[in-house]
Amino acid sequence: MAEPTLEVRNLRTHFFTRAGVVKAVDDVSFTVERGKVLGLVGESGSGKSVTGFSIIGLVDPPGRIAGGQILFKGRDLARISEEEMRSLRGNRIAMIFQDPMMTLNPVLRIDTQMIETVQAHRKCSNEEARQRARDTLGMVGIPSPDERLKSYPHQFSGGMRQRVAIAIALLHEPELIIADEPTTALDVTIQGQILAEVQKLAATTGTSLIWITHDLSVVAGLADDIAVMYAGRIVEKGAVSEVLDTPLHPYTAGLIGSVPSRNKRGEPLRQIPGMTPSLLNLPPGCAFRSRCPRAAEPCMAEPAMEQILPGREVRCFLPLTGTTEQAA
Amino acid sequence: MSDATVNGAAPPAPRKDKVETPFQRFVSEFAESKIAVGGLIVFTAIALVAIFAPWIAPQDPYDLAQLDIMDGRQEPGTTGGAGFTFWLGTDDQGRDMMSGIMYGLRISLMVGAGSALIACVVGASLGLLAAYAGKKTDTVIMRLVDLQLSFPSILVALMILAFLGKGIMNVVIALVIVEWAYYARTVRGTALVERRREYIEAAQCLALPTYRILFRHLLPNCLPPLIVVATMQVARAIALEATLSFLGLGVPITEPSLGLLIANGYEYMLSGKYWISFYPGIALLITIVSINLVGDQLRDVLNPRLKK
Amino acid sequence: MTVYLVRRLIQALFVVLAMSVIVFVGVFAIGDPVEILISPDADQIERERAVQALGLDLPLWHQYLVFLGNALQGDLGRSFVFNEPALKLILQRMPATLELAFGAMFLSILIGLPLGLYAGLRPNAPASKAIMAGSILGFSLPTFWVGLMLIMVFAVQLGWLPSTGRGDTGALFGLQWSFLTVDGLAHMAMPALNLALFKISLVIRLTRAGVRETMLMDYVKFARAKGLSPARVTFVHVFKNILIPVVTVVGLELGSTIAFSVVTESVFAWPGMGKLIIDSINVLDRPVIVAYLMIIVLMFITINLIVDLTYSMLDPRVRLETKGT
Repeated sequence: MAEPTLEVRNLRTHFFTRAGVVKAVDDVSFTVERGKVLGLVGESGSGKSVTGFSIIGLVDPPGRIAGGQILFKGRDLARISEEEMRSLRGNRIAMIFQDPMMTLNPVLRIDTQMIETVQAHRKCSNEEARQRARDTLGMVGIPSPDERLKSYPHQFSGGMRQRVAIAIALLHEPELIIADEPTTALDVTIQGQILAEVQKLAATTGTSLIWITHDLSVVAGLADDIAVMYAGRIVEKGAVSEVLDTPLHPYTAGLIGSVPSRNKRGEPLRQIPGMTPSLLNLPPGCAFRSRCPRAAEPCMAEPAMEQILPGREVRCFLPLTGTTEQAA
Repeated sequence: MSDATVNGAAPPAPRKDKVETPFQRFVSEFAESKIAVGGLIVFTAIALVAIFAPWIAPQDPYDLAQLDIMDGRQEPGTTGGAGFTFWLGTDDQGRDMMSGIMYGLRISLMVGAGSALIACVVGASLGLLAAYAGKKTDTVIMRLVDLQLSFPSILVALMILAFLGKGIMNVVIALVIVEWAYYARTVRGTALVERRREYIEAAQCLALPTYRILFRHLLPNCLPPLIVVATMQVARAIALEATLSFLGLGVPITEPSLGLLIANGYEYMLSGKYWISFYPGIALLITIVSINLVGDQLRDVLNPRLKK
Repeated sequence: MTVYLVRRLIQALFVVLAMSVIVFVGVFAIGDPVEILISPDADQIERERAVQALGLDLPLWHQYLVFLGNALQGDLGRSFVFNEPALKLILQRMPATLELAFGAMFLSILIGLPLGLYAGLRPNAPASKAIMAGSILGFSLPTFWVGLMLIMVFAVQLGWLPSTGRGDTGALFGLQWSFLTVDGLAHMAMPALNLALFKISLVIRLTRAGVRETMLMDYVKFARAKGLSPARVTFVHVFKNILIPVVTVVGLELGSTIAFSVVTESVFAWPGMGKLIIDSINVLDRPVIVAYLMIIVLMFITINLIVDLTYSMLDPRVRLETKGT
């Protein structure tokens, strides 16, 4: 198989706060092949966004990458200089943010914000850059791009703004796009349109995608692989169809159980009891222990990521092996 | 007070597992800023000097019998006819500047703290009233506050002193009129939030008298922001009084505050006799900065939004 | 909008009227104007004639109406000291004050913005901490004392700058301005810096707070994620967002700058309105005091009105921007 677009190995991103070290990302490893979509799933605070920002090198102090490797086409992004990283950002690796209302600068026109991106990585005239911006806007389905280029962000709807943000990400046809919950803030219908659009673009351009979300139904329709994060660690990963059909980790099972549409009408909604633990002062052992229906004596120790079925890895001493049983 | 700060400065961060009274926590949080503790110590020292000035000053600068015109405009460090050294020099009347500053501090602190206290009582009462009574009362009081705050303090003070003329009492009145609006606005803001809380409703259900609800229930909960504003306003009042006195509109020549001392030295400065203006200015500066340092830290500690 | 405008205008008019009563009663009702107006050598008959001529025997409300009537015709009385119309005296001094105030505001932006920007971008750098400590000093230090220190250092010790007065002036629009000559600029430097001190601190704080707030915005992170150079992120994405509010606030401070020039003008003997009012208060030149107070009240009410109207006009756009859609 060809070299993967991205290979993250034992990534650790920690925040060194005055109250102590917050291990936001702790020993995370995954691989994204060319043209594939990885769904990175977890609750808020599970470290999935920080993973995304670590890859693109935008972790703000007091956070920093404390260990591990981020191999982008063989180059370790955790080791390269800020200047090298900047030449990759927005160029070979792009990112789309969660809230389209906040990602575009309110006092700059759309053309300014697109042209500056083009010219940050390619020497070209304003007119060429504008042409590129116009083409890309058309690609993401924005009608009359010429007019739109002269507008300010507040003249756009949320869905339109997210399309503009996606267009900006696509300007340099990157190898990897990190999408941090880009559809969460949008209406369901707009969400569907954007998902379809992105899927199509990824397929035609061979771009790899990391799709960060807490919404399993989005992952189910979009991703090839899935990695489930809990308390800064990946607890389960594998192909989407297999993981969603036969989850191995009790947490994954719980997540699937909490999706309303998967429950039978009239049945009480399943839920995961309790709350995500604070990443500061995480107790030893399995982090999910206190909320896990299967927790037992061995869970007092730290579980390791193990391959227990072909192509399936899980971080659990008592996985739901081979059964369709779900956490009650 | 100084005892508490000494104790508080020793342990680093407060541990959560230890049981602390709110006051202890307040003290230890305050002590987290070394510079604020320094400010508090300096200010305490200044206040002590001001209070005990008649006993510790080498000279009573307003007892003409003790002054010798021959000692006039002596440089710092010279020894005068009376046999003691003028560490900070003398003014044109042969007054020891150090004694003058100690006495001047008395007037400055008295005017500053006094006006802040009166303004606090007036402003806080009106603010409470506005928040509790609401409707017309609120509108009238807050309109007045808005109107007054739209004019700079110096202008309001200038206007009032133009009407009233010089004098310590008049300066205090002017400062009170300038400052009350800040207290009223602060207290009203907090009180509006607090009065929606359940405990006020409970007190009202018990049919407690209004003044009791206002002063025993509502006011204590508005205290933290009030204390912060009061601290800052004392510093502002002292600075404003000094400015007014410098302009010749403030305290009379017989009771010189720091501002007037500085004004007296103004004409001598151009001939290089800097100390007559310089040292009172330094005293004023240290006083104001130390109060502001304490106030800054108080704001950080007492502001619930900044709590970690 | 029109309704709002009319209502605000009526309100402003009412405030002006109320202030005129306060000023008139305040200045004229306290103390005995006869004492100051008439020479102590004058005999009884001369006194009475003067009292009648000045209308001082009329009841206070009547005097006020006369004052108001005259004021509406632009007559705010004659200065006892200069024996000239008070209004004319003040208007003569106004350019000097305005020049000083604008100079100070210009300096506050020129010095405050870069310092605030630096302190906001590197909040933990030693230089930033020094800048912030300096801004606390700028807020705490009494303006007049700083003025004295400036004179002591730059005029007396170093002899670089003149200590008092306006220096040579040049003519523009039929008025005399100091900023048109080198000598005038040299005279203006210290007073303008002195008056700017407080505003510099204000601009530093506003800019720093704005930068720190803006730096946390998603659009700044997005701009970085686009691979823009740090300079472009700072000077285009961050700076443009904070520039508008900072400049607006400084503009709003014009009124208070003019009011505080009273202090600076006294320190540097700058012949503006502020110096005039202090001198007038000290010699109880009441018509000038009244005229000054009325003019400055009018000025403030106008500024406040303009501010309110500007905000209400900006409001729909602001609302549109924050709510989107």
